Amino acid sequence: MDAEMARAQGDSGMRKLFIWLPLALFAVFFGLFASGLLKPDDRVITSKLVGKPLPAFELPAAASDRPGLASGQLATGQPRLLNIFASWCVPCAAEAPQLMALKREGVAIDAIAIRDARPDVDAFLARWGNPYARIGLDARSSVQIALGSSGVPETFVIDGQGRIAYQHIGDIRADDVPMILKRLEEAR
Amino acid sequence: MIAEFGLAALWLAAALALLQLGLAIGGLKGGRPELQAAIRPVAVVQGALTAMAFIALITLFMRSDMSVLLVATNSHSMKPWLYKFAGTWGNHEGSMLLWVTVMGVAGAAVALFERALRRDTHMATLGAQAAISLGFYAFLLFSSNPFARIDPPAPDGQGLNPLLQDPGLAFHPPTLYFGYVGLSVAFSFAVGALLTRQVDAAFARAMRPWVLGAWVLLTLGITAGSYWAYYELGWGGWWFWDPVENASLMPWLAATALLHSATVLATRDALRAWTVMLAVVAFSMSMVGTFLVRSGILTSVHAFAVDPERGSFILALLGIYIGGALALFGWRVGTVREGAPFELVSRETMLVINNLLLSVILGLVLIGTLYPLMTEAFGHKVSVGPPYFDRIAGPIALALMIAMAVGPMIRWRRDNASAVARRSMAPALVGLSVLAVVAVTSWGRIGILPFLGLVIALTVAVASIAPLWGRKPLRTPLFTWGMVIAHLGCAVSLGGMAADSAFTVEKLVAARPGETIETAGWRLRFDKILPVAGDNWTALQADMRVSRGGGAPVAIHPQSRFFTSPPTTTTEAALLTRWDGQLYVVLGQEADAGRWQMRIWWKPFVTCIWLGGTMIALGGLLALIGRERRGWTLKWRARRATAA
Repeated sequence: MDAEMARAQGDSGMRKLFIWLPLALFAVFFGLFASGLLKPDDRVITSKLVGKPLPAFELPAAASDRPGLASGQLATGQPRLLNIFASWCVPCAAEAPQLMALKREGVAIDAIAIRDARPDVDAFLARWGNPYARIGLDARSSVQIALGSSGVPETFVIDGQGRIAYQHIGDIRADDVPMILKRLEEAR
Repeated sequence: MIAEFGLAALWLAAALALLQLGLAIGGLKGGRPELQAAIRPVAVVQGALTAMAFIALITLFMRSDMSVLLVATNSHSMKPWLYKFAGTWGNHEGSMLLWVTVMGVAGAAVALFERALRRDTHMATLGAQAAISLGFYAFLLFSSNPFARIDPPAPDGQGLNPLLQDPGLAFHPPTLYFGYVGLSVAFSFAVGALLTRQVDAAFARAMRPWVLGAWVLLTLGITAGSYWAYYELGWGGWWFWDPVENASLMPWLAATALLHSATVLATRDALRAWTVMLAVVAFSMSMVGTFLVRSGILTSVHAFAVDPERGSFILALLGIYIGGALALFGWRVGTVREGAPFELVSRETMLVINNLLLSVILGLVLIGTLYPLMTEAFGHKVSVGPPYFDRIAGPIALALMIAMAVGPMIRWRRDNASAVARRSMAPALVGLSVLAVVAVTSWGRIGILPFLGLVIALTVAVASIAPLWGRKPLRTPLFTWGMVIAHLGCAVSLGGMAADSAFTVEKLVAARPGETIETAGWRLRFDKILPVAGDNWTALQADMRVSRGGGAPVAIHPQSRFFTSPPTTTTEAALLTRWDGQLYVVLGQEADAGRWQMRIWWKPFVTCIWLGGTMIALGGLLALIGRERRGWTLKWRARRATAA
């Protein structure tokens, strides 16, 4: 179609562009796939919010059997994890076993469910396990944005004073668990 | 012995594919079109050998031959025979063997039945098909051998993922694969026509039945897969925007666009370059989907045993075939003559709009699916979920539906805008009155997308039967019936989706046996909970009697199943279908002493989603039969005329 349109305009330069555009686009995707395959899994980045206190928020309950979450409840004197997840997010289901493992290690975990609905969250937790003490519902992603989190899943290490000690972007994999435990220890 | 036989058949088929490619190159380069006579039997035998290899693998699974690695890791001697059978393609190696089997059989069918193409284009097409097959044979033989043995044999198998132990699995993947991989024929046609510079109306007419056939199977496969996910996963949803689902949706979108642009090319000799492009894109999407699912590059609930080495292999195949076809396109499309022009108000314009909207949806789904990969390139992996897809693809799909309603009412080449307005008066009136009714009755209670969905579904339903007005049903060509039924199917399906998201009633309860639950006009009496056992599972089953409006109670039995090999729990939802919707009951865990969690949905008209999907496929089938029959009739008349 594009080529046809260009032809109608009688513009041969444009037409050439359209003709080679699919190949160029494919080359971009190919590069993306190759980098995704070959790149070593180095996903550590430092957030600008590390060391800053949590933004103030107060969220309603996202699940039937857990209370909602307010920022004040995260400053308990002990380091905690704040997990950003959503029932519609597949990597979140993939990291659920790791969160359960962290809970078994005695780590306190709170969560914020992004753009979610209570029945979906209930079903998700019934299926993948519920490691959370409190779950707040962030229906419009406003708290997520305030936290400097760009997607799901993400996990924050919060120190005893309610400051962000570490931000983990993406799902927690099995070999990330010792690192998360170390970060929690450092935040103590 | 059977395994060695299968492996030998596979090697032989690969050798024949190489011969087929060589003959095609020789025939085209040497200008010897008579070599076509030699290519045909080679392609047929190659197809037969792949089928034999596949049957050999099925036999190994049916016999539970635990000396074969694939059987030992994916099957179990205790499994019911249907799942042993279906287990053949419920794994990476088996499904790749199914892939090359479909490619081989499709190539054989092109060799046997395709008579409309010019001889040199036909030869080039079979050469292209052989070239693609070769890559996948290499993949199978060098990195995913399904016939590998283990010594000593395993005492028993490790079992099949219980989610996959469902009658649906016996039929859904093969149907999907025939459609998905059947698109390779369109790809080969496009490459063949570009090589011989034969992109014209005759090429489109020859390609169309193959695209239609693949598209019908793909439509059925997607519909079946959606229903399977709906009742098996127990989440009450029917589409999850999972990478694997998207991997089947993207080729379908491209094939749908191709079907419509091929009609423009066949009827009006316009959109030549674009049609060839779509034929390349459709199967490219099948290959990209396979890569995404099997390389482990994206996380999916459908994850196969993933392996980066296999990923690199498929990526190399992607580079060779897609890159090669697109380069050929860039190089040759300049020599494709300009197609016929058309006016702004014409059927062609509407089909161009259809193609543009389908392409935009395709692009957005592709970006959404690859989003985790793109963000990872900048350091972090983030996925977008259904909210993105629903909000982005939904409105465009609704616009597409409107184009679909108007398109068939406009004449080819040139039409009069006021005449079109007159013809669309009735559907527009229906649309407006539905808009008024729905607005008055449920304004503010349902979301904007379901609201528009309901209005557009009913409008399109009326508009889609408009092409039949003033025609005698029996004298209307079968392919017109096909179009009407397929478009009506889209309306029915959309209506089901909109009704489901607008009016579903959901209830989560913790009930004791003996209690009665009331929701959405239904009374559910929870009688008791009891253990039951199947072939390779045990379950807790709730016995319930449900009734509505004083009607006779019906017994339903939602279950929570425990499989032993591998140990897993699945929910077996109880579904009760009525003409106006479905009652969907899931048994959860025991909440506290004697109380059981239950999730109950009443989903009005949800079955329309899959009814519509089936109608779309049926419409495609009628169009295919109609076109073919017309060809036979014309041929028969011509023969009789020459005889007389």
